[in-house]
Amino acid sequence: MSQVPLRGANSAPSQRPLADTRAPDEGDGVDTSPDVSDSIAKTTCYMCACRCGIDVHIKDGKVRYINGNKDHPVNRGVLCGKGSAGIMQHYSPARLKKPLLRTGPRGSGEFREIEWEEAFSIATERLLKIRRTDPKKLAFFTGRDQSQSLTGWWASQFGTPNFAAHGGFCSVNMAAGGLYTIGGSFWEFGEPDWDNTKYFMLFGVAEDHDSNPIKIGLGKLKARGAKVVSINPCRTGYNAIADDWIGIRPGTDGLFVFALIHELLKAGRVDLDYLLRYTNAHALVIQEPDVADDGLFVRDSDGNPLAWDRVAKVPVSATDTDAKPALTGSFTIDGCRCVPVFQLIADRYLHESYSPDAVAERCGISADTIRRIAAELAHVAFEQAIELPVAWTDWAGRRHETIKGRPVSMHAMRGISAHSNGFHTCRAIHLLQVLLGTVDVPGGFRFKPPYPRSAPPGPKPAGKTVRPMMPLEGMPLGFVCGPDDLLVDDAGTPIRIDKAYSWDAPLAAHGLMHTVIRNAWAGDPYRIDTLMMYMSNVAWNSSMNTVETMAMLTDSDEAGKYKIPFIIYSDAYYSETVPFADLVLPDTTYLERHDCISLLDRPISHADGPGDAIRHPVVEPDRDVRPFQTVLIELGARLGLPGFVDDDGSAKYHGYADYIVNHERTPGIGPLAGWRGKDGNAIGKGEANPDQLQRYIDNGGFWHHDFADDQRYYKMANRSYLAFAENMGFIPKAEPIVFQLYSEPIQRFRLAARGHGRMLPPEAERGRIETYMDPLPFWYAPFEEATVDTQTYPLHALTQRPMHMYHSWGSQNAWLRQITSQNRLFVHNRTAASLGLVDDDWVWIESINGKVKGQIKLIDGVNADTVWTWNAIGKRRGSWGLKDDAAESNRGFLLNHIIGDQTSADANGKRYSNSDPVTGQAAWFDLRVRIVKCAAEEAGFTEPRFERFQQPPRFEPSPDKLSFGAEFRMKREAAE
Amino acid sequence: MHPAFSVVFFTTATGAGYGLLALLGVLAGQGFVPPDFWFGLVGMGLALGLILAGLLSSAGHLGRPERAWRAFSQWRSSWLSREGVASVATFVPAGLFAVGWVFLGRTDGWMAIAGLLAAIGAVVTVCTTGMIYASLKPIAQWHSRFTLPGYLIFSAMTGSVLLNALLQGFAIGSNTLLAVSVLLTLLGWGWKLATWRYNDRLEIPTTANTATGLAHGTVRSLEWPHTEENYLLKEMGFRIARKHKARLRQITQVLAFALPTLLLIAAFALPWPYAAVLSALAAIVQFAGMLVERWLFFAEAKHTVTLYYGR
Amino acid sequence: MTCLPAHTDKKLGLVIDLDTCVGCQACVTACKEWNTGGHMAPLTDIDPYGGNADGVWFNRVHSYEHTTEMGGRTVNFPRSCLHCEQPACVTVCPTGASYKRASDGIVLVDEDKCIGCKLCSWACPYGAREFDTDIGVMKKCTLCVDRIYNDNLAEEDRVPACVAACPTSARHFGDLGDPESAVSRLVVERSGVDLMPELGYRPTNKYLPPRAHTQRAASVPAPALEPVRAEGGFLGWVDRMLSN
Repeated sequence: MSQVPLRGANSAPSQRPLADTRAPDEGDGVDTSPDVSDSIAKTTCYMCACRCGIDVHIKDGKVRYINGNKDHPVNRGVLCGKGSAGIMQHYSPARLKKPLLRTGPRGSGEFREIEWEEAFSIATERLLKIRRTDPKKLAFFTGRDQSQSLTGWWASQFGTPNFAAHGGFCSVNMAAGGLYTIGGSFWEFGEPDWDNTKYFMLFGVAEDHDSNPIKIGLGKLKARGAKVVSINPCRTGYNAIADDWIGIRPGTDGLFVFALIHELLKAGRVDLDYLLRYTNAHALVIQEPDVADDGLFVRDSDGNPLAWDRVAKVPVSATDTDAKPALTGSFTIDGCRCVPVFQLIADRYLHESYSPDAVAERCGISADTIRRIAAELAHVAFEQAIELPVAWTDWAGRRHETIKGRPVSMHAMRGISAHSNGFHTCRAIHLLQVLLGTVDVPGGFRFKPPYPRSAPPGPKPAGKTVRPMMPLEGMPLGFVCGPDDLLVDDAGTPIRIDKAYSWDAPLAAHGLMHTVIRNAWAGDPYRIDTLMMYMSNVAWNSSMNTVETMAMLTDSDEAGKYKIPFIIYSDAYYSETVPFADLVLPDTTYLERHDCISLLDRPISHADGPGDAIRHPVVEPDRDVRPFQTVLIELGARLGLPGFVDDDGSAKYHGYADYIVNHERTPGIGPLAGWRGKDGNAIGKGEANPDQLQRYIDNGGFWHHDFADDQRYYKMANRSYLAFAENMGFIPKAEPIVFQLYSEPIQRFRLAARGHGRMLPPEAERGRIETYMDPLPFWYAPFEEATVDTQTYPLHALTQRPMHMYHSWGSQNAWLRQITSQNRLFVHNRTAASLGLVDDDWVWIESINGKVKGQIKLIDGVNADTVWTWNAIGKRRGSWGLKDDAAESNRGFLLNHIIGDQTSADANGKRYSNSDPVTGQAAWFDLRVRIVKCAAEEAGFTEPRFERFQQPPRFEPSPDKLSFGAEFRMKREAAE
Repeated sequence: MHPAFSVVFFTTATGAGYGLLALLGVLAGQGFVPPDFWFGLVGMGLALGLILAGLLSSAGHLGRPERAWRAFSQWRSSWLSREGVASVATFVPAGLFAVGWVFLGRTDGWMAIAGLLAAIGAVVTVCTTGMIYASLKPIAQWHSRFTLPGYLIFSAMTGSVLLNALLQGFAIGSNTLLAVSVLLTLLGWGWKLATWRYNDRLEIPTTANTATGLAHGTVRSLEWPHTEENYLLKEMGFRIARKHKARLRQITQVLAFALPTLLLIAAFALPWPYAAVLSALAAIVQFAGMLVERWLFFAEAKHTVTLYYGR
Repeated sequence: MTCLPAHTDKKLGLVIDLDTCVGCQACVTACKEWNTGGHMAPLTDIDPYGGNADGVWFNRVHSYEHTTEMGGRTVNFPRSCLHCEQPACVTVCPTGASYKRASDGIVLVDEDKCIGCKLCSWACPYGAREFDTDIGVMKKCTLCVDRIYNDNLAEEDRVPACVAACPTSARHFGDLGDPESAVSRLVVERSGVDLMPELGYRPTNKYLPPRAHTQRAASVPAPALEPVRAEGGFLGWVDRMLSN
């Protein structure tokens, strides 16, 4: 075997170079050692949200080849189908070339090119006027933005609360569900202990967050023979390789999880010791209906929740480590009846309505299967428990000689969160994990620093007061702890244009980007002046109800003025949204820019230690384009925003790179945590280091800190870890993080609905708040299912991105689009047979919101009540550099056309956004449809179809042939 | 398999050409045909013309025709290379024979030997052509005992019908050759029917199961690696509708076998020039029919790669 | 020379784990990306932005539904050249452009000799060869012959691009002629199979079948859960547990 050091994920003996890599003497003239590149630049991928480390091989100033960085903690040398196709993204013919100013009607694509100076002056003049009068008339929403700590701060300094990125229509249920429960969640917040887990449950994950780490992890599980169970209506991708595929009916995962909990409780298979140590299971909850603090914790004078000492029979602090707290029973303290949280849990989930038999039919899973999974969970958690021979000390100073673990782990994502019952389902999964004692333990689910944080973490969202020329008092996005933190005025009217943190969506931790266009168009709650967006295809696949959305973008008032007066948009490519902008700011590709993947933002840490990373320009732009962040910083300086200008009014930062190095959010804490301090020796906190970026580049583009062995687990209560986290500024104080099985902040909303407190919901909202702001997770039918006639619309319809296009912009990518340029609707064989449909038939897919036409493909591996398709394959003519005959715009279709952006009107005639009532998460997967075979003359082409966009100035038709790489060979052969 | 016209025409034309060449080489050399200048010019011209046209057509199928000369090198392993070598080698005696006949007015002596060698070369070349297809294991319809005899029979059949037409045209028709033409046409018909029957009942051990290594049960293609047609599908994924297949088989039988047989039998009974007209018509109709037969030969052939695509 | 070597010193090839492949297409684009600038550059794409996009690729991933009496499974299936021991694609080549290397068994095309007759693609049952209509020659997987021995790459990178990229570790590389090699042992351990063995091409690459529904599938021998028998049911059990 070769003696090369073991690096990277694919370093098994069967994946290594030959023992002797000298070329054999074949004599066939093959050049076995061609020159590969002049240089290798190590930067960060941006083909999706995974943010893998990449080695970009440059030859003659061109990108020759991109492979995974073996040292990078995210991808450890592997690279997905998108990452390796990055070259085609970079050289896409759809790249914008220069700033554009609209000349034709909005949506036509008629533009003229302008200089950057003109673009800046147009934007500055407009924004200055807004800031001087009413800053919230600027709505600034970014899409697949990986610089939210900058963009959010910019909005804050501008003084508008109207800021969010795409999280609200992506996976905020997952984030909020976790953060309000365990102070962390899946993906960026945590990951399974891939090296030790023995039983892995994957809920609602297609190709999803996060891509390569899940794949690397699944490879490890397969190599070790650990069991993989997938709960997903579709048997594709990761679900295809599961040992057990459970083809659940969409939107019923919560029921399934509660039935598992029901079985585990009934059998006494829960980790009581774990619950007492790390959760609020023993905290006493007031049970006095009609009292203002009903459902809140009983607290001592210091505000600490109390528990009941079952030996001393007195109330004690819930954090008293010497106490013997009760988990069950009912107690009276000062005349007030109270019960431990666990008693409430037992009462609710032991109820027969959550038994396997009661839920089986609705879930489309047999009760026996549910019982079997529950038995397997219990068996692995309790009979196959593991112990790592590492001593550690908990927050209270108790030394543990080993690290004990229950090797059951879980991961869940959009299939769970993109339902209107997603928040509670996410909480249910965390509840299940915690009851099994498997959060942040060996073999379980592990937090990635800076998580865990208190549940919920601070700070609260800013924006209660919006004043001309004044920054907000904090960041626009945050976490509310009760009605007092909502962003509503005294009448209960939302302050934010997207109605985040209003009674419509109280826990909207990521905002509601998917509501902005409708609300701005309708002037509800008010009219705005300028909509500024970055990197989000809101006029196409990033919006629900696309047809109406496009109409709203172009609608005008009686005076002929657009209802959304001005739209500024930044994108690197000629997407479907660019033609709807009035001013287009062309961005660079990911290989032409600086970026930071910051701990202040959406970190790329590993469970074994925090990390962050940079992008740096690997090739120079050949077009008159600028990185959006640099443009934003310059715009901030021109507007004179605090923090963006020095005292003399001059620009504080010269571009994004300068900001990355020199910006300090709080003293000593800046965008990057590595190599801080003048000499670069500090991590986390320290002065700005002028050489910081070079240090990152020298280290392969990233920084990673590896924990000591005793810091790796039980981070919520691990003294050594908590001290580290405090030093790094992850948490304000080294205190234990208590898992909130019962959520008091949520109960406070319910109390408001009952008329208690200062901030009360409008009368019409009270029933909804009372129902959905339940402090313990529960299940209810997704809204669309509950309101439409399920006989008329008998099928669930889902979308997923193909793995090779997940979170990406694949259609202008010459390689990726060859793999998928037409999407089919996948229909279960039985379902198709009952409808008289055969393979390749063209059908109308109809919902209450409209209809779209596409071609079907029959399949067995799907829940029979469900149809699904690959998302965002359908494209509009004239976009993305595609030719008019491209399959994407002739045969591919976009399901978004028939997904409503609003619910049906309730009894009061009110239509809410089609979202989770707790967080405002877009409920993409609530969709119900019927499919009808189309007439013979309608077959062969998709509908609806839209007018072709005009092309921007100097856009050449895309080439008829690509011979990428020929130049490298010619050069090599010429050199011979 | 995609029925590319270049290859369909190539095999049909060279088959007829070599068949005619072989018959001329043997019959003229043995004195059954007079060493007439015009007959030699037209007969040998037609034979060599068909061969040349076929070979040129096949070159049109090549991606780099300018390198075609390289194809003569691998005769030890490659039937295609052998075909190239044999076809070119056959030109030497065939050319000599043609020169002797047309310009020297003689087909005896060493000319006869050249004729015999040309005939042998023609048969060998047709064998190599047949073997190109018969040796391809991925295509079960070709990789059978019917393919090589089929090529030989069809070559002899089209060659004899052509020769008969020529002889009749020059009013030197022979009832023997007419009878041989009819018999060969009937043999060809029978062989084709037997081949189709064999192919229709073919139980191919290679299935989607063995192609994917997924044993037992059914293996159904869910998604292709690409949504549009690629080279493999364009070249080897050709599918012919059942309806078209049946119709084209009928057309083949009528044009290649039934009509020529009727015309030739009628030619027995009618005097010159009617017999000549009917014989010429038989040759033309049969050639057209053989083009359809050859088109079907490709179109009905199923390559194992289609198993990966669920076709 | 299209006659096959009597024996090859090594039998280099790939082992592909169908139990682990999630169908992510990483190997597909990694292959395309390396090879479009590599030994057989370019892998031309015709009509790359139009309705008939058709490029040359050396590696393609299909997906199938495999249904047996034991149940159904979705199988992702990467397909590329198997570097057969009896590659008819080589012996049918009239020009000597296709050949099998005597040293390592890799099947290659010498483009300068290829006349583009396409017969080799007909002779390959696996669809491993793709024609470059722009250049007029046949192209195919080189097993990254320009990586595995490449002095200009770090030694650890001298593996085929598809193996290096695969995120789930479903691809393996080595000498399948050496029964002691890691890949050979893997094939034995997992009962690796040949594709279309009945055709006699004797592929070097092996496929590891899915473990689902076999003795090797991961399973948990869990006894059924029984309700706690303590007095007072579950809550009684909790009290008793806490008292212990």
